[in-house]
Amino acid sequence: MSDLKKIKEEFLLKLNQKLNLTDINQIKSNLFGKNGLISSQFKKIGSLAENERKKFASDLNITKDELQNLIDTKIKQIQDAEIIEKLEKEKIDITLPERTFVRGKIHPVSQTIDEISSIFSEIGFCVEEGPDVENEYNNFTALNTPDNHPARDMHDTFYLDEKKEKLLRTHTSPVQIRTMLKDKPPFKIIAPGRTYRSDSDQTHAPMFHQVEGLYIDKNVNMGHLKGCLNYFIKEFFEVKKIKMRFRPSHFPFTEPSAEVDIGYEIKDGKIIIGEGDKWLEILGCGMVHPNVLKNVKIDSTRFQGYAFGIGIDRLAMLKYGINDLRAFFECDYRWLNHFGFDPLDVPSNYRGLSR
Amino acid sequence: MKITFDWLKDHLRTNLKEKNLLEQLTNIGLEVESVESLSAENKLFKVAKIIKVEKHPNADRLKVCDVNIGEKEFKKVVCGASNAKEGLITIYAPPGAIIPKTKTKLVVAKIRGVTSYGMLCSESELNLSDQSDGITELSMKYEKNIGKSYFVKSKSNLIDLSITPNRPDCLGVRGIARDLAASGFGKLINFEKKKINSNIKQTLKVKINKEREQGCTAFGSCLIRNVKNVESPKWLKDKLISVGQKPISAIVDITNYVMLDTNRPLHAYDADKIEKGIIVRNSRSGEEFTALDNKIYKLEKGMCVISDHKGVLGLGGIIGGTRSGTEFNTKNILLESAYFEPRSIRNTAKKLNLDTDAKFRFERGVDPLSIESGLEKASSLIQKICGGEISKIDIQKIKTYKNRIIKFNLNLFENIAGFKISSKQMTKILEDLGFKCKKDKKNLKLIVPSWRPDILQDIDIVEELVRISGYDKINIINPIKERTRSTLTQTQKLFHFLQRAVASKGYLEAITWSFADSNYNDYFKGKNKDIKIINPISSELGVLRNSIFSNLIMYIKKNLDRGFKDLSMFEIGPIFTGPNPGEQNTVICGLTAGKKSRLSWIEKERNVDVFDVKKDVIQTLVEAGYNSDKFFIDTQTPNYYHPGKSGRLFISNDKDKVAAFFGEIHPNILKGIDVKTESLVGFEIFLDNLKLPKKSLNDQKKNYLVSDYQKSERDFAFIINKDVKSQDLKKAISDIDQNLISNIKVFDVYEGENIPANQKSIAISVTIQSIEKTLNDNDLEKINRLIIETVEKKTGAKIRS
Repeated sequence: MSDLKKIKEEFLLKLNQKLNLTDINQIKSNLFGKNGLISSQFKKIGSLAENERKKFASDLNITKDELQNLIDTKIKQIQDAEIIEKLEKEKIDITLPERTFVRGKIHPVSQTIDEISSIFSEIGFCVEEGPDVENEYNNFTALNTPDNHPARDMHDTFYLDEKKEKLLRTHTSPVQIRTMLKDKPPFKIIAPGRTYRSDSDQTHAPMFHQVEGLYIDKNVNMGHLKGCLNYFIKEFFEVKKIKMRFRPSHFPFTEPSAEVDIGYEIKDGKIIIGEGDKWLEILGCGMVHPNVLKNVKIDSTRFQGYAFGIGIDRLAMLKYGINDLRAFFECDYRWLNHFGFDPLDVPSNYRGLSR
Repeated sequence: MKITFDWLKDHLRTNLKEKNLLEQLTNIGLEVESVESLSAENKLFKVAKIIKVEKHPNADRLKVCDVNIGEKEFKKVVCGASNAKEGLITIYAPPGAIIPKTKTKLVVAKIRGVTSYGMLCSESELNLSDQSDGITELSMKYEKNIGKSYFVKSKSNLIDLSITPNRPDCLGVRGIARDLAASGFGKLINFEKKKINSNIKQTLKVKINKEREQGCTAFGSCLIRNVKNVESPKWLKDKLISVGQKPISAIVDITNYVMLDTNRPLHAYDADKIEKGIIVRNSRSGEEFTALDNKIYKLEKGMCVISDHKGVLGLGGIIGGTRSGTEFNTKNILLESAYFEPRSIRNTAKKLNLDTDAKFRFERGVDPLSIESGLEKASSLIQKICGGEISKIDIQKIKTYKNRIIKFNLNLFENIAGFKISSKQMTKILEDLGFKCKKDKKNLKLIVPSWRPDILQDIDIVEELVRISGYDKINIINPIKERTRSTLTQTQKLFHFLQRAVASKGYLEAITWSFADSNYNDYFKGKNKDIKIINPISSELGVLRNSIFSNLIMYIKKNLDRGFKDLSMFEIGPIFTGPNPGEQNTVICGLTAGKKSRLSWIEKERNVDVFDVKKDVIQTLVEAGYNSDKFFIDTQTPNYYHPGKSGRLFISNDKDKVAAFFGEIHPNILKGIDVKTESLVGFEIFLDNLKLPKKSLNDQKKNYLVSDYQKSERDFAFIINKDVKSQDLKKAISDIDQNLISNIKVFDVYEGENIPANQKSIAISVTIQSIEKTLNDNDLEKINRLIIETVEKKTGAKIRS
């Protein structure tokens, strides 16, 4: 038997035994190391006779490849087995809880304000603001509600001085006055914000939220008012059709004045907006009284328009099925979590107001 | 205003049904608040007599009454009223009855161990009046009715209308009927005037003093002699009871009836109790009188009183006095029908905190031309029921009423309403409402009826016309979807951004009152003075908040007390610095309590700490577009923070305005208000102090500049005085060459063994990278040396070898 054949058989035998990575590496180095058996054979080639050389070289290469392949296969097998064993060992109970995360929420009133702003933004309204503490003039007198007006009885006001000149605004309407005083018509604004009345029971909170609307231009009439509110209510409640009723009412700062009711029914204890034969009052509105325009130095023979005031908390209650107003301000962790919105849920026109 | 359809039909001829009526009332602005069926439920309420009263064995304030309800056996009823006494005739409600005021159904109940079968009712519980002190007292005349139902059977439902303050005329049934008729609902019935044909003189002298701010401008009266005040006839009693009024005696009932029917308040005096004559004058400070509600009122100067030569008889247009009140034995009466100025009525009633039917009407404006007709109507009824002779009517006045005249431009209607009606229709509507109309080419010349104090100018005419035509006639004009200006200002955008940025860090948004409990607010008010509310709902809401913490900490405590341990809450809203408009700032304020993780199989437990809130503040500001490289932090914080674990942040080195505070809440406060938590940290970001980011989002994106040259990180450890801030160290390094030093990171701080006392070791990793070239060893070595030299020189640090 030639040396080559002997080496081959010997090592085939060795390689077929149970081996670990070290054993194989030892074999590998015995064969292919600097002075390894195969390496030594290669060195012999030069000393062989011309006629033998070709065959020997060919045989040697075949043997080398054969052994080399076997070694590689073996190594791979062992490595695969090791990795499988390692992975097997690392197996964990993947149903164990993840690392804790906390989720913040946006208050339903804030969410509703964003929804309202988004709707009115589409039809060209800008957002204005005013201070929570107002003077008596902006809150009442400028709005055509002089101090002997019985309409003041409907506003149980918090006062900050004995003279009753400084107060917490009872509605967002003073923002109308501030806006019109600082600029020139046309005006097309909404003004959401906090409002206050010294009234506290199951359905009244001493603080609540309103959004004021004001549109003053040439030729704005009650048809525009009706159209605007009809649009708003449909968009807000995300319904195609809405049953809406305008009925006459009285506010000192608008003339004619109206209150707006929407149709609803109660199905399975839930309130369904837009259908049914019951009416729910949701806002007050009207054409801005010429006296108000006069108070802010606007010529009422050239400019006219409408104003409205909507209770934001009430809208939120209706849309999201909240039945207790006072809970809005009690900051109960469970309530905030339940009724709050994910901060990423930013109301917008293109993706819809709500999910 | 409570009415029945039956009563309306006294003034209105109609075949329409009640259902149509309710709709039409609302359509013309007389909102129907509620409709109550009186007959069915109220049948149960019976006239009853208390036979025996004993003290309740187990309760001092309660009594056990034996009550005769017309059955063989007396009923045992437990009663708490102080006026429950033997012999009293009152109203009894059996088990099963529903109390009108509270809408609760009575059941047989044991009260402190004694079984009570039903209840004796107060007037307020029956919605008869606001009188809630004690049970109803009926006159002895009701004795024959014991066991019978107190309320009459009525086919007509009780309709409660919400009349807006501009419509005093609709505080009388006739006014409502007139509006309905104008809108096409039935026809208004006209009555012939009942003129008093008398040649008897009104001998009681009436004088209206001409004084400044005299609240009474006209006083009409007549004397009726030799009347016999009796119980009202059935029709009258039924009428009053049908709208929830309690009949008293014919004379009182008649004045009430005329008031409810035509909104003409009247007052009847016992003429024999008036000393010499009537003087209408301003009150003097300190004058007193006992009013018909049995309360003594002490008057301020300048209130309009009706007096005689002895003193005050009553407050004009508000309430009469007991001294001159009519009784069953009254023989001669003086009937008053006057006009009082709304402002005067309102001021007086407000000062004395008095509310009466008459006041409610006069402050809204009673028809000044109804003085005579009111007297005529009432006196003829009195004569019919009580007999007697009526005198001529005497009217004293210091002002003569003139009807208002308005020139109405016909075009205004369509300009405002957005739809058209013919001038003929306009005239018809206005005439039906009582206006006198005269038309020329473009205008209507209108004489406003005296009962409409609300009609002052042409716009009011538009309202009448739209209202009566129907708001459903207004066409919907759809809005145009067009935006010419941006909806939000930069500041408003920042507000919304910060709100959602903070929420996204795990905080629940709360909304709390703008007012606070001063006990809490005192901890957080800093140098501010209390901003007191003069008329708070309760002392717990007595001041405007100087900090959002004042409220937020209270709610954190409440939630902790509910058993929640790890909480993060924030609020964005106003805080107040003074009592004037505009003295407020917008703040976003957050609190975090408890642990970052708790009872975790995977994470180490640790308390929330100041670096958690610092991260929230910095991350929020960075997200909002501020450059954290420019932030400057020092330790000057308000006293409600832990002095050693809190910081003050400025957006830039120039320390212009405080952008935020953050830190641990002072342990004394936690102790003071008993907040039970492992740790409480919070922050405040002051929106008004944040300069708006100069660059818009658009601009920020434009300069895209990055370096692909090799960067190298070098670590340094310095020994340094304990009180030197890492911020100063970082700044010293970054100032060396901002083009080369791209990042500086503190990765270790150590005090203790091997470090001298009062010193600490700070380890810093500096990233060095050029945007122009790859730095060679020489360059890096140079920078290295520069960093060490500069830090040592500027901060007194020593490099640790």
